[in-house]
Amino acid sequence: MSTTAKQSTASTTREILIRRFKALLPAEQVLSSAEDLHPYECDGLSAYRKLPLAVVLPDTIEQVQKIVELCAELDVPVVARGAGTGLSGGALPHDQGVLLSLARFNRILQVDPQQRVARVQPGVRNLAISEAAAPFGLYYAPDPSSQIACSIGGNVAENAGGVHCLKYGLTVHNIQQLKVVTIDGELLTIGGSGLDAAGYDLLALMTGSEGMLGVIVEVTVKLLPKPERAQVILAAFDDVVNAGQAVGNIISAGIIPAGLEMMDKLAIQAAEDFVHAGYPVGAAAILLCELDGTNEEVSAHVYQVREILNQSGATEVRTADSEAERMNFWKGRKAAFPAVGRISPDYYCMDGTIPRKHLPEVLRKMADMSKEYDLPVANVFHAGDGNLHPLILYDANKPGELERTEEFGGKILELCVEVGGTITGEHGVGMEKINQMCVQFDALELTQFHAIKNALDPKGLLNPGKAVPTLHRCAEFGAMHVHHGELPFPELDRF
Amino acid sequence: MADISEQLQQQVRSAVDSRRPLSIHARKTKSFYGHPVEGTPLDVSGHNGILHYEPTELVITARAGTPLPVIEQTLAEEGQMLAFEPPHFGEAATLGGTIACNLSGPRRAYAGAARDFVLGCKLINGQGEILQFGGEVMKNVAGYDVSRLMAGALGTLGVLLEVSLKVLPRAESEQTVVLETSDAEAIERMNGWARKPLPITATCYDGASLYVRLAGTQSTIRAARKVIGGEEMPPTRTWWNKLKEQQHAFFSSSKPLWRLSLASNTPPIKLDGKWLYEWGGAQRWLVSEEPAERIRRAVEKVDGHATLYRGAGNIEVFHPLPEAMMKVQRNLKQAFDPERIFNPGRMYKQI
Ligand SMILES: Cc1cc2nc3c(=O)[nH]c(=O)nc-3n(C[C@H](O)[C@H](O)[C@H](O)COP(=O)(O)OP(=O)(O)OC[C@H]3O[C@@H](n4cnc5c(N)ncnc54)[C@H](O)[C@@H]3O)c2cc1C
Repeated sequence: MSTTAKQSTASTTREILIRRFKALLPAEQVLSSAEDLHPYECDGLSAYRKLPLAVVLPDTIEQVQKIVELCAELDVPVVARGAGTGLSGGALPHDQGVLLSLARFNRILQVDPQQRVARVQPGVRNLAISEAAAPFGLYYAPDPSSQIACSIGGNVAENAGGVHCLKYGLTVHNIQQLKVVTIDGELLTIGGSGLDAAGYDLLALMTGSEGMLGVIVEVTVKLLPKPERAQVILAAFDDVVNAGQAVGNIISAGIIPAGLEMMDKLAIQAAEDFVHAGYPVGAAAILLCELDGTNEEVSAHVYQVREILNQSGATEVRTADSEAERMNFWKGRKAAFPAVGRISPDYYCMDGTIPRKHLPEVLRKMADMSKEYDLPVANVFHAGDGNLHPLILYDANKPGELERTEEFGGKILELCVEVGGTITGEHGVGMEKINQMCVQFDALELTQFHAIKNALDPKGLLNPGKAVPTLHRCAEFGAMHVHHGELPFPELDRF
Repeated sequence: MADISEQLQQQVRSAVDSRRPLSIHARKTKSFYGHPVEGTPLDVSGHNGILHYEPTELVITARAGTPLPVIEQTLAEEGQMLAFEPPHFGEAATLGGTIACNLSGPRRAYAGAARDFVLGCKLINGQGEILQFGGEVMKNVAGYDVSRLMAGALGTLGVLLEVSLKVLPRAESEQTVVLETSDAEAIERMNGWARKPLPITATCYDGASLYVRLAGTQSTIRAARKVIGGEEMPPTRTWWNKLKEQQHAFFSSSKPLWRLSLASNTPPIKLDGKWLYEWGGAQRWLVSEEPAERIRRAVEKVDGHATLYRGAGNIEVFHPLPEAMMKVQRNLKQAFDPERIFNPGRMYKQI
């Protein structure tokens, strides 16, 4: 088809779509002018931008069902969007598709303190759930750093983690039931009111599926009692290797901290300059170790952890004595991303996970690459569970720097896979890491993923082009990365 | 220690070629669970051995045929455990069978189920391909979560070859206390405690007594006992072990044994039979000759599901699914096992 012919079909589809959407939804819930579409052109990964044909903002499940049915009828892609804080381009619009925003699904339907669950609409902000549960002494455990903004639907779609997931698990461990609209417009209830459900574990399959298998329209989360006490210890090290070793030593001692975070020199410096948390500037690394539980348990563990940190070569160990001091210790860590944002025009946040024992090696190789690419890296690290967030500092206005950054980032992810880890711990694959999926999985495994997708979305209309690369794409990407003259996918021609 | 994956793969391939179903098994300790399968036996018990165990990484990877006691012993030597406290139902129990059935013991309500600890797996799919998903790290969102999907699929989606699990440290000490209560009060108490930060790791109500297991540092347990009250019970490990292995007197009946899974705070359900509650009230065992439909209707009313755990006759073992849900399950089966080679009918007739 010629470009003009293609354009004109697109514009007719667009006109039909908009007309039919307006029959389904009040006019203000259908956006189609360029001006109205702009706010939706990207998610938290702003290097990728696209305008959709239209944005729809339904506020009832029936509307979602009808929208999806219509898109299925017209073969139009549907991209669900929560708060748009995703960091992998998962909610990036499709230029021939519809962006389905769940922003209006923002009601907490029920907080049941007896059953310790909250039933909420998908657009509810993560933190709002804990706020609603607080009067009952309960909270929702997964706490991504974006929790004031990100939506619970987006959390489910990404299987979001947080600072406390070493002890309390990820989203998948803290949800009980989902209501999902399938591409047929069918409403499925997945999970149940008990701790398990009959049949295959679709709750696990849906969690982390990045909007590729269905649209989540309701989430029931588990609530936990607030721990009696939480205390945080800050330890400084003059060598990152010692800090890494200390993490292993704490865990070997049979202690599972509520949070165990590491920051390197550049991250410490940036955070300190920004929020003045009193961090030991000049240290090669700091560890923040939060212990929570009963009063007695915390007392015992604080004592033990301090001993371990000292024996692991910490140059300084401080315990927050008051809630204010605890918040202060955390302030620097929580502000680490924006802090890095202040010292560099742009930064690119990576999200690999590695077996912790490989930390020294990975940090060393990353430092080498940083020199090679001439781009500084600040490291913020969910040390307890091996989830690295290297922040590559760059300037998008300098020609070629974004491309160099992306290549460097890709290399970091490949390094994570090489040491037995993964390309994404919590931010998802989205658009961003689609090429690295070809490094982590072989053609057979990717084919199995496509078969799963096909089982739920045979026409491939839900968030197409994300999360799982086509074999063709891998072949192209592979061709750029010929190692020892060998293609990573020699078996490809079989497909 | 043996790797027989190639042999297993060959067997699967010839089953695919001849379209003859396979009945996957290891040491058959869980063959009572689900419907009987007609098919050529595929024995995975020879595929065994621990592959990696890193206590400081909190991860163990073993082949599916590895005996559960071997895994638990290895972990215990490092002061660690499988936190979902899986029932064995026989000395010979294997890792693969445990994960395929997603069986969890008394700690389930307080620590998570088998599926919650699954980090990765290697499997043979219904085309005889060996695939690997997830990994040995705690956080991993690359690709769909196939590993957890395998937990509880009863082998109908693939032959598990290897499983990686998150493990946890054992608590410093444990203590069990017993209180005498009515059933309604037991439910209320268990749910009341669950709203407080208490170090409870198991609960059980047997119709007369409410058993509560506490774990942590000694001082933590002492403090919790003040809140919970009750009498201390001496030899706790064996008691909870008997319960999870269904050697408790409650399970000795020859009548059908039902497992009801529902909201923990559901008031006692009026169905004739003997009851035993676990998991803070979220798992309720019922020994009863009530008709299956009556039990299922009662549990549906409270949004739960019922499994005929042990019992014979022409009764669906697992709770029937709504048609739209069954369709998705069938499509998933098709995605993994298009020729329906693996354990057909073990879970549902349609898959
Ligand atoms: C400063 C900052 C800090 C962050 N820290 C963390 C962190 O600590 N841990 C962490 O895990 N993440 C973190 N993130 C990433 C991000 O916040 C999470 O991925 C979050 O879960 C995304 O939620 P959202 O509502 O913004 O989703 P969106 O960005 O809108 O969408 C994310 C994906 O989910 C899909 N989706 C959204 N809603 C639905 C739905 N209802 N049904 C189906 N699919 C849907 C979208 O299609 C897309 O693929 C951070 C982001 C920022 C900007």
